[in-house]
Amino acid sequence: MSTDERLREENSGKVLASEQISADVPEYPMERAARCPFAPPPQMLAMGETKPLSRVRIWNGTTPWLITGHEAARTLFADARVSVDDRREGFPHWNEHMLSTVNKRPRSVFTADAEEHTRFRRMLSKPFTFKRVEALRSAIQEVTDECIDAMLAGPQPADIVAQLALPVPTKVISEMLGVPYEDHEFFQEHANAGLARYAAADAMQKGAMSLHEYLINLVKEKQANPAEDAVSDLAERVTAGEISVKEAAQLGTGLLIAGHETTANMIGIGVLALLENPEQAALLRDSDDPKFIANAAEELMRYLSIIQNGQRRVAIEDIEIAGETIRAGEGIIIDLAPANWDGAAYPEPDKLDFTRDAGQQLGFGYGRHQCVGQQLARAELQIVFHTLLRRIPTLKLASPFDEVPFKHDRLAYGVYELPVTW
Amino acid sequence: MKVTVDQDKCVSSGMCVMNAAEVFDQNDDDGVVVLLIPDPGPELAEETRKAAAACPALAIHIEE
Repeated sequence: MSTDERLREENSGKVLASEQISADVPEYPMERAARCPFAPPPQMLAMGETKPLSRVRIWNGTTPWLITGHEAARTLFADARVSVDDRREGFPHWNEHMLSTVNKRPRSVFTADAEEHTRFRRMLSKPFTFKRVEALRSAIQEVTDECIDAMLAGPQPADIVAQLALPVPTKVISEMLGVPYEDHEFFQEHANAGLARYAAADAMQKGAMSLHEYLINLVKEKQANPAEDAVSDLAERVTAGEISVKEAAQLGTGLLIAGHETTANMIGIGVLALLENPEQAALLRDSDDPKFIANAAEELMRYLSIIQNGQRRVAIEDIEIAGETIRAGEGIIIDLAPANWDGAAYPEPDKLDFTRDAGQQLGFGYGRHQCVGQQLARAELQIVFHTLLRRIPTLKLASPFDEVPFKHDRLAYGVYELPVTW
Repeated sequence: MKVTVDQDKCVSSGMCVMNAAEVFDQNDDDGVVVLLIPDPGPELAEETRKAAAACPALAIHIEE
């Protein structure tokens, strides 16, 4: 055999070997099992049992790391060598739309690192401090009671999503931001178009653009007529020359979407989880201990991890973790659901258990990008679940469990509707 | 127990106040951490440790 032939043979062997490896790399995102709609995708749980990080293949054929372990997730979330800058080579974009618009979208709190991120973040934090949110509790309670009053006065079955899960966070965030409540249908519709998991580029673009234009107008309006609200705070910074109108609109849009869509999904699917776990629901209903009620909301966050599709990052230096090396320029996807179901952190993770300490759950993420509205979400969840169980103790599902429509196709998991009777 | 905080790292999550409201507060303007008690006594030790563990920005340092 000539040297040439031998080389060719060796090379073809290598190609075959690498094709073999890449054929074994599982596709991401992964599907949940229809029979266990609360559980993370079974394939992801199985991967997590072997090791806390493995390669997956995404839409564009690249093979970033998927992080499934709780400790590995926490460690990487807090590591400054892990970047959210989606302009960097190797960043594992959600889909084609996000890649194609990467240089058109203004920088935001979601895509900035280090000092730039801190600057954006601090512009948003004012209304969400622990004490400010505590001061909102009576208002949230009032909104919740009004929604339940309306539901009780209306026909049965009632839809929990339309009557409670959506209106409570929508009213609260609209008021905080200074968005007129009469515009809520408009932004709900457009925000939802932007959140489709596999959306076509043009549909997403359209939804995102109308919302962006709406926010630009609102910022300008608040510049002229400031009030005590979060968009007025942003408008003031525009007037002071600290940020552009576009940046302010981008930050406001983020708050608006994150502020109603995520909490709404958590309430909808959370009520379903309570109905399916009556003994846990009873513990929560009978408790007057604010710490127990707070921990129950954390446990529901852990159990349900509604943010699916993974938190996307890229390594800017080589990182050694759990016996693997993530190379600089390689994509990282931290999936909250398997991390929250990691048996090493939470024994019997598939059990909803309000008596366990769920304090370190990762439903809000971790690290410097952890949810900016988390204290508001906590207050809303604590109030809504406890109040609903107390005021309608006979609440039950009005359709067979396997007919409940789940949001497998959205960035935020949940239920489209939840018919109930009492 | 000696506590120090890094205000540059802080991302205003409020986790410190949520876990140990006697020891930590947040600046009213941007939510940045304010240390109220730099040397909390034993009765506050556990919640102070919880606050440090929960801080997403690793901005709380404890010397036991």
